[in-house]
Amino acid sequence: MTLALDAPRIVETRPLLEVHGVSKSYKSIRAVRNVSAHAYQGEVLGIVGESGSGKSTLLRMMNLEEIPETGSYTLDLPDVSGNLFELDRFARRMLCATKIGIVYQNPHLGLLMKHSSSGNVAERLLVAGERSFATLRQAATEALDASEFPLDRLDAPPIELSGGMQQRVQLAKAIALEPALLLLDEPTTGLDVSVQALVLDTLKRLQQDRQITMVIVSHDLGVIRTLADRVMVMRRGEVVETGLADQIFQDPQHPYTQQLVHAKL
Amino acid sequence: MTQVLEIDRLTKGFSLHHLEKDIPAFENISFTVAAGEFVLLKGANGAGKSTLLRTLYRSYLPLSGKIRFHSSYGLIDLARAADVDVAHLRRTEIGFVTQFLTARPRVSAEAIVAEPLRLAGWEPEAALNAARKALETFGVKPDLWAAYPTTFSGGEQQKVNLARALILPQKLLMLDEPTASLDANARGALVERLQELKEQGTAMIGVFHHPDDVLHLIDRIVDLTPDHTPTEERDDVAL
Repeated sequence: MTLALDAPRIVETRPLLEVHGVSKSYKSIRAVRNVSAHAYQGEVLGIVGESGSGKSTLLRMMNLEEIPETGSYTLDLPDVSGNLFELDRFARRMLCATKIGIVYQNPHLGLLMKHSSSGNVAERLLVAGERSFATLRQAATEALDASEFPLDRLDAPPIELSGGMQQRVQLAKAIALEPALLLLDEPTTGLDVSVQALVLDTLKRLQQDRQITMVIVSHDLGVIRTLADRVMVMRRGEVVETGLADQIFQDPQHPYTQQLVHAKL
Repeated sequence: MTQVLEIDRLTKGFSLHHLEKDIPAFENISFTVAAGEFVLLKGANGAGKSTLLRTLYRSYLPLSGKIRFHSSYGLIDLARAADVDVAHLRRTEIGFVTQFLTARPRVSAEAIVAEPLRLAGWEPEAALNAARKALETFGVKPDLWAAYPTTFSGGEQQKVNLARALILPQKLLMLDEPTASLDANARGALVERLQELKEQGTAMIGVFHHPDDVLHLIDRIVDLTPDHTPTEERDDVAL
């Protein structure tokens, strides 16, 4: 047995994101059991685990798409307070639009496939109350540019774009309002390896330039290794291990994590 | 002398669950490192030299013992410090030099070298200038500064790696065979930079396959061979 770790002593700020004791069942299946997680400002938290481990459910809770039966969720931001799971539908929608961005594995979940790419991004700003066409167009273009989307294709609908480009549109939409928190659900799964590397590189740049707090869920350890500062390993709805990314990959403690790390090609 | 690190009965082993096996790495290691002191780790292959460095950096979790580090925030036991505190200290006070560069696609050599300075809050222009100077010191040609090191040869990558790892003076620096795959000029530049850091008070712990290069920097040798007197003054030992 290794030593139990102390509470933070040098870093005195509160984590930006704190989820505490959340549980969620679907019929007889307990998808997430008593899970707690946190991420500090500017930190990238990686969540790994196989399908059915509850990692995506947890991420959807952080996006307030799923409300757990028990547990609390706080974001340490100005004018955000209390347990976010208790917000009403309208407040939830507003909070998600302005403070949280999300990129899904499946672009159909995040985009209107037949609307223009810039329109998809601008929609985010409309929800937040922006009405001037010029401002919308300008902000959408900037977000797409930051996501390294080719600007000569602004008006192309996502349905006509490659998988990698669709993910860039999702990313642009997610960051258009400069969210405090960016959630990524298998953002590169299903893409060609070379395209995957480019999307990961874009994410890394964004993270470094803007110091966005990110939570990234993936079953791909390479993705997590490239991006995450800290890693949480989930299995059957529970957290089996958390640690600094290099420690999880070089000195995994839990039998399941060891199996996972050693199974990597 | 100002102590920087006090290692107290540190023990590390690995539990390999699928083999149902516990593999010991090292046991009850104790020694101290003062500011400006250079400690060489000695011992046969498998004696646990690199494992010890990684444990001190907390890439490995120790089984027992203490790693008392005199940080600028006060004394902290790295053996059980919170992950977020360790991450913070790695950005500011504790460095680790390996023989490998983690090159990232589409990031230029000068940007990679400047990164630690940027993370420490330097202005982009100043950081870039310092990075170029460091690359020059290690003998990377100016043509390559804006190129992507993913395509560099092993030796050139290692120069970029060293320039990056040593650009920001730190309180504590771990060196894991940094001279491997370096040409003579780059080795010279490395030794010179280590000398400089030593004079500025950086405490260093190193593993060197061929310690001849750094011989004059070594203050003390810690031998990890089991059942061996753990520390000796450098004058008493033949390398």
